[in-house]
Amino acid sequence: MSFNLIDFLRSLVQLTVFDYLRAVWADSMAPWLIEAILDIAGILIVSTFLLLIVIFLIWLERKIIARIQDRIGPNRVGGRFGLLQTVADVIKLLVKEQITPAGADFLAYNLAPLLTVMTSLLLWAVIPFADGIIGVDLNIGVFYILSISSASVVTILLAGWGSNNKYALLGAFRSVAQLVSYEIPMVLSLIVPILLAHTMTLQGLVLAQIVPYLLVVPLSAIIFFISALAETGRTPFDLLEAESEIVAGFHIEYSGMKFGMFFLAEFISTLFMSALFATIYLGGWRFFGLESLETWGRPIGFIAFFVKMFAVYFVFVWIRGTLPRVRIDQMMDLNWKFLVPLSLVLVLVVAIVEKLSFVTNSGPYLHAAIHLVLNLAVGLGALEILRWRGRRERTAYESARELEGLESDELVAEAAH
Amino acid sequence: MLTDWQFIGIFLVLSPVFPLAPVVINRLLGPQKPNPLKNQTYECGIETVGDTWIQFKVQYYIYALVFVVFDVESVFLFPIAAAYDQLTLFAAFEVVVFVLILVVGLGYAWSKGALEWT
Repeated sequence: MSFNLIDFLRSLVQLTVFDYLRAVWADSMAPWLIEAILDIAGILIVSTFLLLIVIFLIWLERKIIARIQDRIGPNRVGGRFGLLQTVADVIKLLVKEQITPAGADFLAYNLAPLLTVMTSLLLWAVIPFADGIIGVDLNIGVFYILSISSASVVTILLAGWGSNNKYALLGAFRSVAQLVSYEIPMVLSLIVPILLAHTMTLQGLVLAQIVPYLLVVPLSAIIFFISALAETGRTPFDLLEAESEIVAGFHIEYSGMKFGMFFLAEFISTLFMSALFATIYLGGWRFFGLESLETWGRPIGFIAFFVKMFAVYFVFVWIRGTLPRVRIDQMMDLNWKFLVPLSLVLVLVVAIVEKLSFVTNSGPYLHAAIHLVLNLAVGLGALEILRWRGRRERTAYESARELEGLESDELVAEAAH
Repeated sequence: MLTDWQFIGIFLVLSPVFPLAPVVINRLLGPQKPNPLKNQTYECGIETVGDTWIQFKVQYYIYALVFVVFDVESVFLFPIAAAYDQLTLFAAFEVVVFVLILVVGLGYAWSKGALEWT
């Protein structure tokens, strides 16, 4: 097969360009060389795309937050919608001085911004953008994601420790405690889709979703979403950069593009969490069977994946615009006393149900319905326990106040008048 | 199998380029005029007192210990979950017992007050 420009452009539109090049080069180059060239090309495309999409994501976030808060948002640089505002910000960051604080640990201080971007980029190696458009379909895909994302904890500790600043160190400790804690419910909630799909590859998880897992195991999806919010350090769990308490957390001593790298990594990993949610719980590139069409299946799947990913990303931004920050003890209690036990119970329930033969032998829709009902039962039961505990605490508090006597209450009421 | 990891290897080698490029460009374009006052550690306008790298709250250690228990557990649970349809009923029962032991462990940590942020 020889190179033909028309065929090349057609394969470009149909997103089969790598297969086309593989076929063209097959008789002139060694297979390992072809794979190496295509791998490098894929890496460059994905990474450049991610670095550029962040510019758009920041603009999008500012616009949406502005709308939620009844403001207009950026509207000066780049026309009516302020499209070039973030580009201007990037240029500003590029010409700023990089100040290294006195007494900073050179290696840790400079390594942290590099590593944090590296980890957030490496995560994308296993995300399937469409049928066959995937960096590499590792057979331990979900495991790979979890291991790389826990490496980002180390970069935060490096940054906080290396800066030789008390705020930075406090912020880093908080972040590590938070990230490490919320990894547990995330890991446990991801076990549930794997139990259902019997595979850890992300491509396999997409293919197994005849019914999107959001409708099969919604409780697992909600637990995953809450821990994803905490893992990426976004509101209401943005304690690691609480401006009003520890100024900016672990990256306070960074300036110029080194600071920009932390910002970049945060946005890339937030987008990654949206992509992972879309892949595991919303069916990834599946779109009502249209994704298996002969020629246009791939582009349709590609667009479906991006629409789902940005829909989830919008929910992330929406939550940021709506909810206030929680206190650290509330955050830890929510994790260890609610999400961890709940996800353990969920794993147990799903594991037991999956071993009942009449469930596994039933059709996909009945199977999904059984899991849906059980998930809702577990979720509502957990909420009922919380409500019962809250009521008990409230009555205990009220009876304690009655014992103190009504005199103090009357005094307070008089003082108020 | 090995070709799978070849991609990750190439990615790992190439990925430092993307964060390094902006930082280096910033270094070339931006001014470099350090002075002792500017390089001081930031702390709301006052000079910092004492060493930064000091002892910290023991609570962080306790959370880390509980985390390690659950993290190691998840390493065992993932392969089991991936091969769950091939497990015999007895093996599945053992998995349930394994998870229940961890639930008991969490309950113990809870009752001992290890999960209280004080």
